Amino acid sequence: MDPLFGHGIDLTIVLIVIGKTLATFVVLLLGVLLLIWYERKLISDMQNRIGPNRAGPYGILQTLADGIKLFFKEDLLPEQADRRVFRLAPYLSAVPAFAAFAVIPLGGSVSIAGHRTFLQLADPPVGVLFLLAMSSIAVYGTMLAGWSSGSKYPLLGGVRASAQAISYEGAMSLAIAAAVLIAGTLSTHGIVADQAGKGYLRGLLPKWNLFTVGVVPVVIYVIAATAEINRPPFDLVEADSELVGGFHTEYSSVRFALFYLAEFMNTITVSAVAITLFFGGPNGPEILGLGGWSGFLWFLIKEILFLSVYVWIRATLPRFRYDQLMDLGWKRLIPVALYWLLLIAALRVGQDQGWNAALVIGIGIGAGALAWGLLGLAARTGAEQAAEDALGLGEVRA
Amino acid sequence: MAKTVDLIAETAEPSQEMQPRSLTSGVEALREEGAVLRIPNLPEGVDELPTEDETMIINMGPQHPSTHGVLRLMLELDGETVLRSKPIIGYLHTGMEKTGEDLTYLQGTTNTTRMDYLAPLFNELVFSLAAEKLLDVEIPERATWIRMLMTELNRISSHFTFLATNGMDLGASTMMIFGFREREALLAFFEKCSGLRMNHNYIRVGGVAADLPDGWRDDVLFLLDDLPERLIDYDTLFTGQTIWQERSQGVGVLTADEAIALGVTGPILRATGVPWDLRRTMPYLFYDQVDFDVVVGTYGDTFDRYAIRVNEIRESIRIVRQILERLPKGDYRVQDKKVTPPPRARIDESMEALIHHFKLFTEGLKVPEGEVYVPIESPRGELGCYMVSDGTAKPYRMHIRGPSFVNLQALPHLMHGGLVADAVAVISSCDPVLGEVDR
Repeated sequence: MDPLFGHGIDLTIVLIVIGKTLATFVVLLLGVLLLIWYERKLISDMQNRIGPNRAGPYGILQTLADGIKLFFKEDLLPEQADRRVFRLAPYLSAVPAFAAFAVIPLGGSVSIAGHRTFLQLADPPVGVLFLLAMSSIAVYGTMLAGWSSGSKYPLLGGVRASAQAISYEGAMSLAIAAAVLIAGTLSTHGIVADQAGKGYLRGLLPKWNLFTVGVVPVVIYVIAATAEINRPPFDLVEADSELVGGFHTEYSSVRFALFYLAEFMNTITVSAVAITLFFGGPNGPEILGLGGWSGFLWFLIKEILFLSVYVWIRATLPRFRYDQLMDLGWKRLIPVALYWLLLIAALRVGQDQGWNAALVIGIGIGAGALAWGLLGLAARTGAEQAAEDALGLGEVRA
Repeated sequence: MAKTVDLIAETAEPSQEMQPRSLTSGVEALREEGAVLRIPNLPEGVDELPTEDETMIINMGPQHPSTHGVLRLMLELDGETVLRSKPIIGYLHTGMEKTGEDLTYLQGTTNTTRMDYLAPLFNELVFSLAAEKLLDVEIPERATWIRMLMTELNRISSHFTFLATNGMDLGASTMMIFGFREREALLAFFEKCSGLRMNHNYIRVGGVAADLPDGWRDDVLFLLDDLPERLIDYDTLFTGQTIWQERSQGVGVLTADEAIALGVTGPILRATGVPWDLRRTMPYLFYDQVDFDVVVGTYGDTFDRYAIRVNEIRESIRIVRQILERLPKGDYRVQDKKVTPPPRARIDESMEALIHHFKLFTEGLKVPEGEVYVPIESPRGELGCYMVSDGTAKPYRMHIRGPSFVNLQALPHLMHGGLVADAVAVISSCDPVLGEVDR
């Protein structure tokens, strides 16, 4: 619970909350502006190009210029479109992207106008569930945009979006559950607080969930989250070389800008969630003279590192194909995430009950190998069956 | 008042658009499904084709990011699976072959060079070779070696463009930039030699337009040293990349029989394992005097077609090295007053030179009667020029066999049963240049 609300509510507190809301909004918007610029610059460097360098120093205002341009463009509404849904869809994408960021702890507790408060807009007891809910709602934006455009390419994009989101939501939730299991709370602030304190190997490694739950859920989370926000190599929903623009093919002007904004806000949010859940959030050694604000600095540093990784991935990897994406989600990520979650749960219970840890791990590995074998068998049988079906169909056609 | 005639209704040509199955004849449907060698029959137990309610006909192109210019494809999709496909061409038709009948042999290369705009020197070469065969002139050795040098470098630049677009189509944006970066270096060299980055008009009837410029050898040597290292980057980033392999291996498979039946040539044919390279099988220029390997594939899939082009770049580098060693001194164009215009300085001194100059540029060079077909190996396959002369200064008929055009007819077969993403990979791996398809 935020100490701000500990002693009743007066005008100052309301003003502080409004201020924090505005600040979060601005931070996120500024973040998007800078992220787009940063991504373009970094990819340019990787590809021997210069990148934007006209608007402002080092082209830093390029995104602003692009945004203004988009706002002044004609807002087209296709004749075949379902008008209401077509108009609604961009907001379904953008609003959850904003809302999800509200529960991210941006720093430790600070003093504003004589009141102690967290550098976090909201800390609901169900913070993590709220995040998952918001990411699920955002899918509606993409899906409905594709469906309501009344055009074939967006339709294919919308279908891909829904399938992709459903498959990867599972893996992502299971990976997040590992962190929740360790912390024993769904509150994002609680999860961060749980990661503070003395670390492993005599304090050499911080007490981040990255080390507590192992690297597996972190990797799974990053992969699944990339798919969830449709960034390369999982950008099948837009897939410019296949579906032209995917779900936003028919969008222009402000509505298109909203999709664009939502995509990059989601990138920021997803990295922030990863930091919160697995990398200790704003925790870090205090930077001299900054007090509670040093957490915000640590958060920024981690966020930039994370975003750089996303940009790097975008520059390196080719795009997945639809069926390969499904295979990766259902046949690899979900089983591994589920297994890892069960293993962690068993270890936890074992600690409480005083079981032999080595025995628990041994049985866990044995059960894992058995499950992997069975799953592989099932996958192979299914693939053979599918190949047989496809063969039959092929003979009909040729 | 004259009776108006509906020209479209009068022609025997059916609509180019893909029709629903109920309106499509059996033969046409088979062609759109990519039947090549097999006779259709319904196997036991598999009953029905999807109905028209279950499928969707989607139009891909002529304005589409990955149809390489203005190729238009109509696909019948079941979900994302391609059932039928129909390439529709003609959006870049400029009547170059017909125009060629109204241009002299000196002007002809300016025209043909614009066909395959990624490999312009090959178009000039094939036109020049055809005209020279009719003229029956002996081209100086140096000119022939220069032609080989330039076309091999052009093959490299064309293949790099393929790698770039192929990468882009599969979503690897870095590959696109890398490919164009390498091509840029080669184009700079072409510009130095011919004055133009594209559409050089460098290889002309009787030789080449100009001798190689000062310092060309250093430029080429720099390229030859630089490119192999760049290719290692390609291998690390893409050839060995798991997603890349999964996207391209086993996609768009073509067997050798099917390839021959469809008449495809070039890397697509060689990917099926047929070692058919005109530089080796029917040598022209001095290709019988240089040492190189014909790269062939095993599976005939998209990955093989990619890998063949990467390795052909290496082979071309090998050939260029040999050319550098063997390039003799001498004339860069044939010393025949009836074919080659005199140098500028001679016109001031000699009346005869002035007359020749005037005659060549007003009337053009007269080519003896006859007809001829000359094939060469362009980066895309067999590029042929069929030329008929009636003894005047302009060809009576000039026809180009464009490899892209012939290769396109393999598309329905390669796409059948794949996903939309595979269709994009397949178009990309066929590397069509629409300027050459439509001519």
